[in-house]
Amino acid sequence: MPPESNSGLGRRLLFVLPIVAFIALAGVFALGLGHDPTALKSAMIDKPAPDFALAPVAADRPGLARADLGGKPMLVNFFASWCAPCRAEHATLAGLAASGVPLYGIAYKDKPEAAQRFLGDLGDPYQRIGLDLDGRTAIDFGVYGVPETYILDRDGRIRYRYAGALTDQVLKTEILPRLDALGRP
Amino acid sequence: MIAELGHFALILALLVAIVQSIVPMLGAARGSRPMMDLAPMAALVQFGAVAIAFAALTHGYVTSDFSLKNVVENSHSLKPLLYKITGVWGNHEGSMLLWALILTLYGAAVGAFGRNLPPALKARVLSVHGMIGTGFLAFILFTSNPFLRVLPVPPDGQGLNPILQDPGLAFHPPFLYLGYVGFSMAFSFAVAALIEGRVDPAWARWVRPWTLVAWCALTLGICLGSWWAYYELGWGGWWAWDPVENASFMPWLSGTALLHSAIVVEKRDTLKGWTIFLALLTFSLSLLGTFLVRSGVLSSVHAFAVDPARGAFILALLVIAIGGSLLLFALRAPALRATGSFAPISRESALVLNNLLLATAALTVFLGTLYPLFLDVIGGDKVSIGSPYYNATFVPLMVPMVLVMAAGPLMTWKRADLAGVLQRLRLAFVGALAVALIMVIVTKGHEALAPLGIGLAGWLLFGTLREVAERIRLFQAPWEVVRNRLAHVPRASWGMSIAHAGLAVTIAGITIASGWQQESIQTLKPGESITLAGDIYRFEKVEPLPGPNYSAEEATVTVSRDGRTFATMHPSRLTYPLQRMTTTDVAIHTDGLSDKYVVLGDPQPDGGWIFRIYYNPLVPWVWFGAIIMVVGGVLSLSDRRLRIGAPVRRLKRTEAELAA
Repeated sequence: MPPESNSGLGRRLLFVLPIVAFIALAGVFALGLGHDPTALKSAMIDKPAPDFALAPVAADRPGLARADLGGKPMLVNFFASWCAPCRAEHATLAGLAASGVPLYGIAYKDKPEAAQRFLGDLGDPYQRIGLDLDGRTAIDFGVYGVPETYILDRDGRIRYRYAGALTDQVLKTEILPRLDALGRP
Repeated sequence: MIAELGHFALILALLVAIVQSIVPMLGAARGSRPMMDLAPMAALVQFGAVAIAFAALTHGYVTSDFSLKNVVENSHSLKPLLYKITGVWGNHEGSMLLWALILTLYGAAVGAFGRNLPPALKARVLSVHGMIGTGFLAFILFTSNPFLRVLPVPPDGQGLNPILQDPGLAFHPPFLYLGYVGFSMAFSFAVAALIEGRVDPAWARWVRPWTLVAWCALTLGICLGSWWAYYELGWGGWWAWDPVENASFMPWLSGTALLHSAIVVEKRDTLKGWTIFLALLTFSLSLLGTFLVRSGVLSSVHAFAVDPARGAFILALLVIAIGGSLLLFALRAPALRATGSFAPISRESALVLNNLLLATAALTVFLGTLYPLFLDVIGGDKVSIGSPYYNATFVPLMVPMVLVMAAGPLMTWKRADLAGVLQRLRLAFVGALAVALIMVIVTKGHEALAPLGIGLAGWLLFGTLREVAERIRLFQAPWEVVRNRLAHVPRASWGMSIAHAGLAVTIAGITIASGWQQESIQTLKPGESITLAGDIYRFEKVEPLPGPNYSAEEATVTVSRDGRTFATMHPSRLTYPLQRMTTTDVAIHTDGLSDKYVVLGDPQPDGGWIFRIYYNPLVPWVWFGAIIMVVGGVLSLSDRRLRIGAPVRRLKRTEAELAA
């Protein structure tokens, strides 16, 4: 074994190696602790929203297309009826929509009936909803997993992405200040 | 009232732990017997106090005391009693309390049974153990107190997480902790030895049983955890290289290395610095495992507590425990001198090679687990490292390890005759070649890994059998001699042979299970069938199945081959209205050689159901092998020299040779 076969200074250095390696590691951990696991960077920030045209979830409702975005600061929320955190954030979304923030929904890999049932059970806060059956639009947006919420400015550019379920706290600290900065009416 | 009793007992345990870490250490330095003798007493009291705290929390769960925040969040009055009890450690606070309970149990065991230990060593070992206890009890009391009350008292609990209501999940954490925490004993012995500045064969013999107990428990814990993931998560696999799995696997790898290098210290009085380092490393990796799982530094499907304050506390604990011990190692270990020397071809060298490969394997898993974190810290992307990385790095390390493993036990200490060893292994080589060739024929030459893996498993198994045959002089000596030798083989030797054979079984299982899994996903209506791997799976019907706190749909699937029906399987889908959660109950039919694995998916609008069906050949062997390894470990633990444990510095020559 190396510790036994070396001698002198080299041997002593070998015994110091573990602690040096550990100090470096502890440093990385300390930095890692400060990292917010939900703070995922999006490659789409400050880029125009991708082009898409999605069918509605129900025949009597409007669908959602790229042309509907822009003109005012707004939120685009990816959700799915099968996603538990989406249910959890639904009440927050309803409150947000009631306060007059334009909210658009994209149902991610959801069956139309399931999405209708979801909205029927929990209420429908969205102005328009597109049905992203194959998840193609989500990929273009760079969605990491539902739920995700994007802030778009009046030019239709993506300015912010929040991954995970929205809470009233997140709304107050992350979403509303940014909407205000973009000139929310 | 009872909860407050538990809370006070926990505070008492912390105070006793503080006393235990200071007084015996001073006593050992001053040579004061009364101060040293405090250690075993303190260890027992500390264990008693933590046991009372644990019992108090269990009482809260069993009686559904919803004035306790921890019980409200993690239990429910409708839960079956078994899962109320296992729910005690199915959450962060409770699992840390279990951690502390097992930690103090080990301390108490050394206090009660370590009568042969020299008083100064025992005092120092228990003192170091008390320091670990202090750290963890403070962590529980200050950041993760399970005894906090809530007002007003809610009518019922929220914790009915259906995935956690499962026997496999309920029972693998205690074993994992017995393993993780058991390595704390080796750690305490190592730090005590560094403080004393002396490591000798007697020290190695005292450390070995504790390491062996921890190793057996960890092996069993990993095995149970993998089995749970297999049948509960419903994706047909049994190992995902998930950070939480890796967290238990890293200490296993370095703990395995420690078991082997401690033998060299015991028999040959060399490799001291390295063995001490492995003892420190193994427990450090266990602590790291706790840190990774508890702090949310790495995200994982398993993690159930993400709280930066706790993470910071655990990081501080890590820095003190690991940093402190490694500092001591840097200062004191260079003075440890070996008396034994050995040639490059010897059993010592074989064990050194085994150690290097195991340590490198642990490092490989470590890098794979932490690479996403490193990348994240320097501002790169969020990535996850999957099985391709481990297949490319881990497998090449295991190949030479297994090659040496068969030969090592046949080598003699100090200097071995390599040509002679290989000569004796020629039958094993022919056997390994034969099974590898059979695999080439079966796979029609399209697969490289299967013949390699099966050939290695065969090499290890036949090599191990060869060693046993040689030990008892089978086919070489008259039957009376063989019988006599058979009766006198030390249990530690049987333990080694059985554990090595167990690994051969596991390797065979892993090879075939990863190479030959077949899967099929289809929508079936009642009466339709799928053919997979020659078996016909016929979907007969699906029926509702009401449960106490869920509603379920249970399908009936019959499996037949050549017109003969040999199994009826009942995969089901459970919906828990309270959690709005749906889980699947996998149906598995096993015949010991292969598993048929059926998962019931979502119903379709057209009246069909999605079925996922896997054919998993030889998967049970992965766990059989692990169980065999544990049996080997337990047998080795029962060896006379560990049971008697008399501190004989030198074995009698003949006995030493027999054990060799």
